[in-house]
Amino acid sequence: MIPSYDRSTLEELLDGNLPWAQTHSIMSSFKDPDRFDKMVAIHQSRVAWKEPILLPYGENLYIVQKADSARVVKCACGQEFGDYRQNWKLEALVRVRDTQDEIDELYPKMMAANAAWMQLREFICPGCKTLLEVEAVPPGYPILFDFQPDLEAFYTQWLGRELPKPGTT
Amino acid sequence: MNYTPIAHRTTSGPRGWDGRSLRDMLLDAERLAKETGHCFGLERIAMKEEEPIRFEKIFSRLRGSLVNARETALNISASPIVKELGELCFALYGPEGDSITLSTGILVHVHTMSEAIKHMIRTNYEENPGINDGDIFINNDPHIGNVHTADVQTFVPIFWEGELIGWAGCVTHVMDIGASTPGSNAVGPTTRYEDGLTLPCVKCGADDRLFRDHVYRCERAVRTPMYWSLDEKTRLAGCHMIRESVRSLIREEGIGTYKQFIRDVLEDSRRSFIERLRQLLIPGVYEAPAFIDSQFAAETRLPEESRKDTMMHAPMRMTIDPKGRLGVDFEGAGKWGLHSFNCTPSAMAGALWVLLTQTVMPNDKVNDGAHYATDIHCPRGSWVNPDVSTTAHGNAWYYLVPSFGGVIRSLSRAFYARGYVEEVLSGYGHDGNILQGGGIDHHRNESAVSNFEMSCVGGGAGIVKDGLDHASVVWNPEGDMGDIEAWEMVEPLLYIGRSVKMDSGGIGRRRGGAGYECMRMLWNTETYELQFVGDGAVFSQPGIFGGYPPGSGYRLAVKNNDLPTIFQERKPYPTGDKYSDGKGVTDLVKGEVILDKRAVDLPQSYGEHDLYLSVMRGGPGLGDPLRRSPDSIEADLRGGVMSPAIAERAYGVVFAIADGKQAIDRERTEKRRREMREARAAKAIPAREWVASERESRVVPKRLSEPVTDMYRSSMTVSPHWARHFRTFWNLDDSFRF
Repeated sequence: MIPSYDRSTLEELLDGNLPWAQTHSIMSSFKDPDRFDKMVAIHQSRVAWKEPILLPYGENLYIVQKADSARVVKCACGQEFGDYRQNWKLEALVRVRDTQDEIDELYPKMMAANAAWMQLREFICPGCKTLLEVEAVPPGYPILFDFQPDLEAFYTQWLGRELPKPGTT
Repeated sequence: MNYTPIAHRTTSGPRGWDGRSLRDMLLDAERLAKETGHCFGLERIAMKEEEPIRFEKIFSRLRGSLVNARETALNISASPIVKELGELCFALYGPEGDSITLSTGILVHVHTMSEAIKHMIRTNYEENPGINDGDIFINNDPHIGNVHTADVQTFVPIFWEGELIGWAGCVTHVMDIGASTPGSNAVGPTTRYEDGLTLPCVKCGADDRLFRDHVYRCERAVRTPMYWSLDEKTRLAGCHMIRESVRSLIREEGIGTYKQFIRDVLEDSRRSFIERLRQLLIPGVYEAPAFIDSQFAAETRLPEESRKDTMMHAPMRMTIDPKGRLGVDFEGAGKWGLHSFNCTPSAMAGALWVLLTQTVMPNDKVNDGAHYATDIHCPRGSWVNPDVSTTAHGNAWYYLVPSFGGVIRSLSRAFYARGYVEEVLSGYGHDGNILQGGGIDHHRNESAVSNFEMSCVGGGAGIVKDGLDHASVVWNPEGDMGDIEAWEMVEPLLYIGRSVKMDSGGIGRRRGGAGYECMRMLWNTETYELQFVGDGAVFSQPGIFGGYPPGSGYRLAVKNNDLPTIFQERKPYPTGDKYSDGKGVTDLVKGEVILDKRAVDLPQSYGEHDLYLSVMRGGPGLGDPLRRSPDSIEADLRGGVMSPAIAERAYGVVFAIADGKQAIDRERTEKRRREMREARAAKAIPAREWVASERESRVVPKRLSEPVTDMYRSSMTVSPHWARHFRTFWNLDDSFRF
């Protein structure tokens, strides 16, 4: 039996408010094939801006279709980070914890990494100051491009439809 | 110990179907898969299409027989690793060595055993030493098909009317393998000659009985012969149960049906896997490297060339192509080394397999069909694919486990994008500490121990829930911490405390699962060698979506202490290190204190009443911690999972006294969080500016610590491709190198 869930169930799931037994049942069951569109609709209703969401890209981040042909990474607050094929982190603010005191601030004394071996890079939205991603890498490591989706292939070959056109809602 | 060939001869000759050799069958199968893209060239899955109920019934019956074999046979073992923690797994293979179905347990080995069977077929074991009904084979060689030598595999060929129709296989993780250092995750070997007893697909029995010379040889090679012997009988008994189940099925269904089924079910699994990828994920490219420290610069007991502080680099890059084919690429991994942590491609493929079975295909047919739908690239000459056969692999898991954490996070990015938020995990906890060692135990016997409490570290946080506290490990979904009483039976150490490890879970909107800690005291032994095994200088598992890594580990022991006096005077003794600053122990006990971040070391001697703290790690966090609900933080504080200090510093909590009790002041907390958001932004700079500044101040002048420099030097030497990636990002010319 292929399941399908109503919007309120999915909203509760997204917010972590479903009873555990129900969440567990959803995890164990076959997946509902209409989930993507329903979840995108939920996200869309929760943001104040109108550009169509093409893909939820991370907690608080979306890839959206602009009125022109641009497809950009956008924060829930409305802050934009540029073309989704470029690393959005380069348009964010970053605070780098690269001294022992700065790392120790977040950990008990003996559980922090050694700042000579590793730094924490906190990528922050310039608009709402939300912490969007944290990298734990050795000093000197190139900034990570966590996820480069193949939007064209996803829509046309996997979902079987064209990407939303500019100007649509 | 070097392998000494043992010659056992029976009859030899082709054992395949219709008079063909197994080698011809394997080569044909590989050719058909390559030419057609389908397992065995099957365009359609005829049996499933024509008799779907019968198809499912046969699969369920076989799978049930494997689970039954595991649950029954493990009772033969006396090792807590097998009996208590379930560190074993059974699998049924087709004649060419592809897994058909498997039991629960350490699934990583379902594919490594496949590699071992294929090795025997490729190297013509049919001719020498011969493959006959009733034969028994044993393997533990990582270069053939394994992770490390302490994972020992037994194989029994299954015949029907003179034809080999499959193999039953089992792996158990043994207590000790006779390596140069004791225990089942040997840290200390620097070449294979120190990795212990190596059994590279050895024929070790005939007529369903083990050869006596094999038994003697193994019992003399390991430190724990009784456990070894019972583990071997566990593996053999289960394989024989599986063989009988297969024969019983064939008697009822007919050999023709069975032969067709084992072909169809592989192709069915391959197609299902691709279908599930297309249903659950997003095509694209994902980047998620991992690192772990190895601190041996000051270790004079190692050969000079092994004395160094260095860092493992696993530059994991996952690709899902538009056709639904999944690839995992480790291009950029550093060079193999003279240490105990090297891996082989067999181990890497097995690790990918165990992750996929717990994420993308947990509730469908699981077998090697999925392997045909994936690609894994292990660069030759790197630590994931040494270009020499002399490397040590005693604790390959130490590098292997962190290196695949990025696969979980990458899959989670896809799950989130696709809307399947209930499947999102920030990763998993590092599987340490391993309390490990050997010597004369409290029964006055030579012994070795590897405490598998690290099977229950903290889980990764999800979108819909916090990480599970002291829950599991990624490499054994059936993992368990084991009973204290069982460990005390095999280890000359008493538990004088076991508690949740405060602040060990990664901070985030959803908290990483907490680890736990055990305070152990040496008991009833004059001297015993013990070591620590776990991450220390680095965070080996980052978080996701704004969540942080869990705390890394540390080393805390107090030798030659005054516990006897404390006990005599009935004074308080330490049961743990509550605030992870050492004071929970050192404030109560005086003695020779070891307290540092070198959390993987070599065995050293401990004496009666010495204290050893074993800290099990937490899981990574998810999301901005300033968005964690105060209700959840209150629960964390009540449960001892979080300290007030971290609640204040990381989560912006403001406490107030209400009705005589300390409670979270919601209003002031919200105000404090607003201030912290502004403060974090004030301390940040635009990322492009930071890149430019970092280039000039750190990268160009190579102002990096020696372990980090060594890591970059190694990766850029092994991989010109990764060197280009590094130079391109930092806008360096082609001559730049470390």
